[in-house]
Amino acid sequence: MIQLQGVHKAFGRNKVLRGVDLTVPTGESMVIIGGSGTGKSVTLKCVLGLVTPDAGRITLDGQDVTRADRDAFLARFGMLFQGGALFDSLSVWQNVAFRLLRGHAKRPKAEAREIAIEKLRRVGLKPEVADLFPAELSGGMQKRVGLARAIAAEPEIIFFDEPTTGLDPIMAGVINELIREIVVEMGATAMTITHDMTSVRAIADKVAMLHDGVIKWTGPVAGMDQSGDPYLDQFIHGRAEGPIAAVR
Amino acid sequence: MTVLTAPLGGIGRLTLAALASIGRIALFGARAVSHLVRPPFYPREFLQAVLAIGWFSLPVVGLTALFTGGALALQIYSGGSRFNAESVVPSIVAIGMVRELGPVLGGLMVAARVASSIAAEIGTMKVTEQIDALVTLSTNPLKYLVTPRILAAVLVMPVLVAVGDSIGIYGGYLVGVHQLGFNPTTYLKNTVDYLQSWDVVSGVIKGAVFGFIVALMGCYHGMQSGRGAQGVGRATKAAVQGAAVAILAANFLLTAMFFSQ
Repeated sequence: MIQLQGVHKAFGRNKVLRGVDLTVPTGESMVIIGGSGTGKSVTLKCVLGLVTPDAGRITLDGQDVTRADRDAFLARFGMLFQGGALFDSLSVWQNVAFRLLRGHAKRPKAEAREIAIEKLRRVGLKPEVADLFPAELSGGMQKRVGLARAIAAEPEIIFFDEPTTGLDPIMAGVINELIREIVVEMGATAMTITHDMTSVRAIADKVAMLHDGVIKWTGPVAGMDQSGDPYLDQFIHGRAEGPIAAVR
Repeated sequence: MTVLTAPLGGIGRLTLAALASIGRIALFGARAVSHLVRPPFYPREFLQAVLAIGWFSLPVVGLTALFTGGALALQIYSGGSRFNAESVVPSIVAIGMVRELGPVLGGLMVAARVASSIAAEIGTMKVTEQIDALVTLSTNPLKYLVTPRILAAVLVMPVLVAVGDSIGIYGGYLVGVHQLGFNPTTYLKNTVDYLQSWDVVSGVIKGAVFGFIVALMGCYHGMQSGRGAQGVGRATKAAVQGAAVAILAANFLLTAMFFSQ
């Protein structure tokens, strides 16, 4: 279980998180929604330790993430980045097998390549793609490779940062479906940030709405449409009028 | 009164900012060096850096040295002729190249070529979240990206300097023999006779220090890169400027240390 209690983070005078409280139970898929610049990515990065919170506490299974052994902690995570964040200098299979080719989890090259090809197949890519370089792939293929890399070491927790941004609606649907299937089949805990409502309905068990640095509403995805929360209502229906002031 | 103190305040703030920046770079360098003795190690990244920094810099360093050696021979010949000392051309070319021009010009050329490319590469990796991706894949970016490049630069720069020295001396030899009418055997004999091993060693040590500076500046500014293409552009400029100034300053300090009586 991932728990955030009173997490604050400011960059200079810009207070991004102003006391985020959120619980993600083990094996559940939590989707955090909110407008651009509301601190969704910062929240994810705080959990991963990529950004250090100014105040508050983040725990994973009751253990403070700042005091955990970094390597053992990160070995439990996989992350799909918004732009894929594939390493340009490495081929597709070396990207997917990155964790398996170096460091403490190192395996023989042939075995790592086999696992990489298997994971590529799992995300719908043919083995021929393995020896291409990221620059030779389309946006949708890069997302899939990123997904294959995120699941290569069988993580218990997977983070998805804007998984469908920049993709056409059909490819977005394919990625949503893949994410849902993989999370269910691996029994992983998932935390996704997005502002794509189709994605939310396809991926989420639970939804949390982040606005003004705090969680405004949280509940099961089925209860989202009858929440009665004006912030959530405005967001999910994409209304220009409401409590969330649009920057024009 | 404010009119008088405002410029002083500005100078003070600039000085403090410069000192803070030097401190941050020094801490960054110390952390990167500390990973040299802590596993895991990344030999593949080290070998790639050796190729990128050393092998591919050979043409530019070689050409710089060749032309500098030739120009030096012409200058010393024309200057020396004012007091009938044309015969010092071989020894001054050799001493000038190995002590000063080989390491400094080689260092500056490598700064232009390598510090810029390292900063642009790491800066782009930062902007496209590849550095964050490394962390989530249990890989320390400092250990994976910075330490191998610093080690490679420190080891290959002395070799580049030594090669540059030889090519520079050869440039002087070509001009001396074919244009200034020196006897080839006498030219080579004079070169060797007046050159001491410390002249060569001091230049090679300078090369190692300059290599450290080049890789450190490239990596540091790349890691500090701001967002977007503009951020990467600024990082690249800062890396080359920083490396060039630091090389010239370090050259002065090392020369003072090695040769002050």
